[in-house]
Amino acid sequence: MLGLSTPSGFVRFAKAVSPWLWVASALLIGGGLYFALLVSPADYQQGQTVRIMYIHVPSAWLGMMGYSVMALSSAAALIWKNPLADLVAKASAPVGACFTFLCLATGSLWGKPMWGTWWAWDARLTSMLILLFLYFGYIALQNAFDDPGRGARAAAILALAGFVNVPVIKFSVDWWKTLHQPASLMKMSGPALHPSMLTPLLLMVAGFTCFYVAVLMVRVRSEILAAKIRALRLSEIHSVQAAGVADGVAG
Amino acid sequence: MNRLFEIIRRDLRLALRQGSDSVMVVTFFVLTVILFPFGIGPEANILERVSPGVLWVTALLASMLSLDRLFQADYEDGSLELLALTPTALEVLVIGKVAAHWLTTGLPLMVAAPVLAVLLHMNADGFLALLATMLIGTPILSLIGAMGAALVLGARRGGVLLSLLVLPLYIPVLIFGVGAIDAAIQGLETGAQLLLMGGILLAALPLAPLAAAAAVRQARE
Amino acid sequence: MDALTAFFDMGGYARFIWPAYGLVTLVALGLLVTSGRALRSRERELAQLQERNPGRRGRIYE
Repeated sequence: MLGLSTPSGFVRFAKAVSPWLWVASALLIGGGLYFALLVSPADYQQGQTVRIMYIHVPSAWLGMMGYSVMALSSAAALIWKNPLADLVAKASAPVGACFTFLCLATGSLWGKPMWGTWWAWDARLTSMLILLFLYFGYIALQNAFDDPGRGARAAAILALAGFVNVPVIKFSVDWWKTLHQPASLMKMSGPALHPSMLTPLLLMVAGFTCFYVAVLMVRVRSEILAAKIRALRLSEIHSVQAAGVADGVAG
Repeated sequence: MNRLFEIIRRDLRLALRQGSDSVMVVTFFVLTVILFPFGIGPEANILERVSPGVLWVTALLASMLSLDRLFQADYEDGSLELLALTPTALEVLVIGKVAAHWLTTGLPLMVAAPVLAVLLHMNADGFLALLATMLIGTPILSLIGAMGAALVLGARRGGVLLSLLVLPLYIPVLIFGVGAIDAAIQGLETGAQLLLMGGILLAALPLAPLAAAAAVRQARE
Repeated sequence: MDALTAFFDMGGYARFIWPAYGLVTLVALGLLVTSGRALRSRERELAQLQERNPGRRGRIYE
């Protein structure tokens, strides 16, 4: 497929596509902000605070998408031993973790005026919090080995195990919430969104996604370079050692 | 099948010879639970209210104590290498080790839990549910834990890392375990929670050894 | 002028809405800058290495 599965093919593709992605992301987010802050009406229940939704929901989306990309490319790395897939998984994790954090932080800023508290054990917030810890575990495991290859392989297995677990965790947390539902909480999922709110939301989701893909490409290119640098340094050491051995034999 | 029992017997023998692991895990469990009345006060109704949660959270932490030795000792002295070279599949080896871990950790926790439930004034209606959830839940902990233990083989600060990897994956067990006991205390049906836990156990039984075996394999490379 | 003040006031919720937008901007820009910087510095490092070791390209297949 376009030679995309090899590092050099990917770099060529990324260099060609990235500029368009940056432009698309800037235009979409710019337009989204215009509609979100100026055009869209205040919610009849939540007032102006509903405007936090236009950044909260895209962050949540990217938090989940970042994990899916990570898990699927981990699967590709384990099954086909594709060197690029490992790097994509590694590059996606910090970006996904950042947006998961943003989802929690903006949710908290939305919760204070609406629920009267910075944190509620709402099913969605709780699931996102657990997702954040899954990210932390993945990143920590990846960096825990002296050999980066070991770290990548162990982390890939963990990413898959976590991916299988995410629906179970989601279900258990939902179920736990229905048992402990406090009466005062307002439901987040109201009736279907009015078009005036749907437009900015979709624009922002699309813009955030373009941003994510563009940043991911930069990070993957950076990981490719890091791997090349590592390989070069290793071969430098080997040649120094070989020279040393040759000297020893000669002397 | 014979190989499986051999592995279990070997691990049990090693555990018995070194002695302390099971005793330490149970002591930690008892001691930590005893801390709670000091932390939140001795009022019987408060203790009764929190007892299912306290018992389960503490059991999660206690079962993690002996996890990092599950593969680490064999990895360091090279016997994991020898075990992997035998014709037995690594998956079988992992299942054997999980069974041994459960016998030396999960089972003692299960025996100790009712005694601690008495100390926390848990309603007698909850006892049966406590035992049932422990019976289904602790093997899940051993299975998921074995995967984590295999992943951190050879890692820096493996012990702390292990808890970071494993605890988020334990959350469903905690939720359903406590949910079943709470339901039993309120006189409600506990069938749904136990079935859900059973489902998780049935899913973890093949998947966790697969993942753990893959992790052991890549650790040996 | 009133319209502008009203806009920034956000119906009294300014202290929740603007920090939320600010935080997202900050983190997104942070990601952008750190990722870009890492790429640049690695490009420089690789160029230096290749200069020192002509003929070696550094292959990442093991």
